[in-house]
Amino acid sequence: MTTRTLAVVSAGLGRPSSTRLLADRLAAAAEGALRERGSDVAVEPVDLRDHAHALVDNLLTGFPAAPLRAVVEAVTGADGLIAVTPIFNASYSGLFKTFFDVLDKDALEGRPVLIGATGGTARHSLALDHSVRPMLAYLRANVVPTGVYAASEDWGSGGDGALTERVDRAGAELAGLIEGRAPAGRPDPYADPVPFAEMLAAGRSPS
Amino acid sequence: MQFGIFSVGDVTADPTTGRTPSEAERIRAMVAIAEKAEEVGLDVFATGEHHNPPFVPSSPTTMLGYLAARTERLILSTATTLITTNDPVKIAEDFAMLQHLAGGRVDLTMGRGNTGPVYPWFGKDIRDGIPLAVENYNLLHRLWREDVVDWEGRHRTPLQSFTSTPRPLDGVPPFVWHGSIRSPEIAEQAAFYGDGFFANNIFWPKDHFQRLIALYRRRYEHYGHGSADQAIVGLGGQVFMRKNSQDAVREFRPYFDNAPVYGHGPSLEEFTEETPLTVGSPQQVIDRTLAFRDHFGDYQRQLFLMDHAGLPLKTVLEQLDLLGEEVVPVLRREFAKGRPAHVPDAPTHASLVAAKARAGAGAQARAGEPEGAR
Repeated sequence: MTTRTLAVVSAGLGRPSSTRLLADRLAAAAEGALRERGSDVAVEPVDLRDHAHALVDNLLTGFPAAPLRAVVEAVTGADGLIAVTPIFNASYSGLFKTFFDVLDKDALEGRPVLIGATGGTARHSLALDHSVRPMLAYLRANVVPTGVYAASEDWGSGGDGALTERVDRAGAELAGLIEGRAPAGRPDPYADPVPFAEMLAAGRSPS
Repeated sequence: MQFGIFSVGDVTADPTTGRTPSEAERIRAMVAIAEKAEEVGLDVFATGEHHNPPFVPSSPTTMLGYLAARTERLILSTATTLITTNDPVKIAEDFAMLQHLAGGRVDLTMGRGNTGPVYPWFGKDIRDGIPLAVENYNLLHRLWREDVVDWEGRHRTPLQSFTSTPRPLDGVPPFVWHGSIRSPEIAEQAAFYGDGFFANNIFWPKDHFQRLIALYRRRYEHYGHGSADQAIVGLGGQVFMRKNSQDAVREFRPYFDNAPVYGHGPSLEEFTEETPLTVGSPQQVIDRTLAFRDHFGDYQRQLFLMDHAGLPLKTVLEQLDLLGEEVVPVLRREFAKGRPAHVPDAPTHASLVAAKARAGAGAQARAGEPEGAR
């Protein structure tokens, strides 16, 4: 049985955090859908709050400290990514953005990604599509059509079950993308360098 | 094994006094530091190359030419020479001239430069960094080895029947290192030519540099220059010392906290943990540096960054006294222990001239042999 890895990144700041709660529900939905299709699943939860200082240090020094590096490698090496942020000032949080800012620009190329966001009211839900989705488009990630936004009311009795439905739909979409793709494995330029003759020849051919 | 220092040449305010040295003071300080390096028994002084404030060393061969006249034994080098934005023809000429003036006490380290705006000032584009490094060095390599060069590439006007003068001293080009912080392409390039590879070893953790150096060693062997453990490796390092380690930490902390590169980020303790920076007693510096051999294998050159972040000249000279008197003699002794006989020293002009003579004699001997004996 193939084991698929799911990195589940939350930029929630509270403890407990509704952003983490949404991330976990999305992960459970994707995991369930993958298992239904016959895959084994390993979930790697990441709370960016735990790495907030290290992320800023990374911006300043240019390299990730060891614990953050492990997280970056886990996320960029996963078969699928679930990324959830609180919406601050009509956009993703600074912490969320900082994490993506320290990744190599091609680290998520082609990677199936499910995006989610939380906020106080549903009036901010389009932030998912006008800020989070374009950022991941720039990174050439493959973002599923359904983004899941959860407002305060979705967690209470005011919710009408629509959140669960969106979560399940998004999870199934992510599982479908992951299924259609070979298990993640990026070429390691330190293990398999481009031979020098190729580099030299590339420079000579007109582009 | 060679020991020395490399200087970025930054003009930075001393955070403890708020005083910023003038460019004139900083340039004179670099000269004093290089002269001190020779006085305390170090082997190498390498200057950076920058074309933007707050850095002074825009013209490395001018400074190194002056130092050549003021020193006797010191190897004059660079950290790094910009192979991207400099014309390789001018590098060939400048460093060959320096080599003659310095009696061969010259080598250089190629680097790309990571400041985007600098490239267009020299008519280049930082996005071409790797292709520039590849093409320009390929030309430089030929200019020093072929008396007449016909050449055409993408990044410079073609050359027809061009001879770079002066020809390298004794027909032996300066030894070249390729410096890199991150790029596997540069390790591959160094391996291809059988040149040295200098790992900055300051800004990233050691396991990163381990895989970079492992790549270089593996490919050096692949290209037939020798076994992997014979590849020519240089390492950077960064230290601040006082007799008592607490004094070193107390004195260095404000310079670290306000350093232009990593200041206001990780704590001194975190950065010391993550990178090879060592702040403490000479013995701590010795222990940490000796561990480099465990991490990277027997290597050929160790350069320390000593004059940066606004440290006053007096302090830097004291640091060099400690380095030369208490640290390097022990490192020389300890690194020599258990070093396999087949691991070479870093090439020098003398060793390259000798190697050339041997190769010439070998070729002659082979040419004189009867057919059946080959």
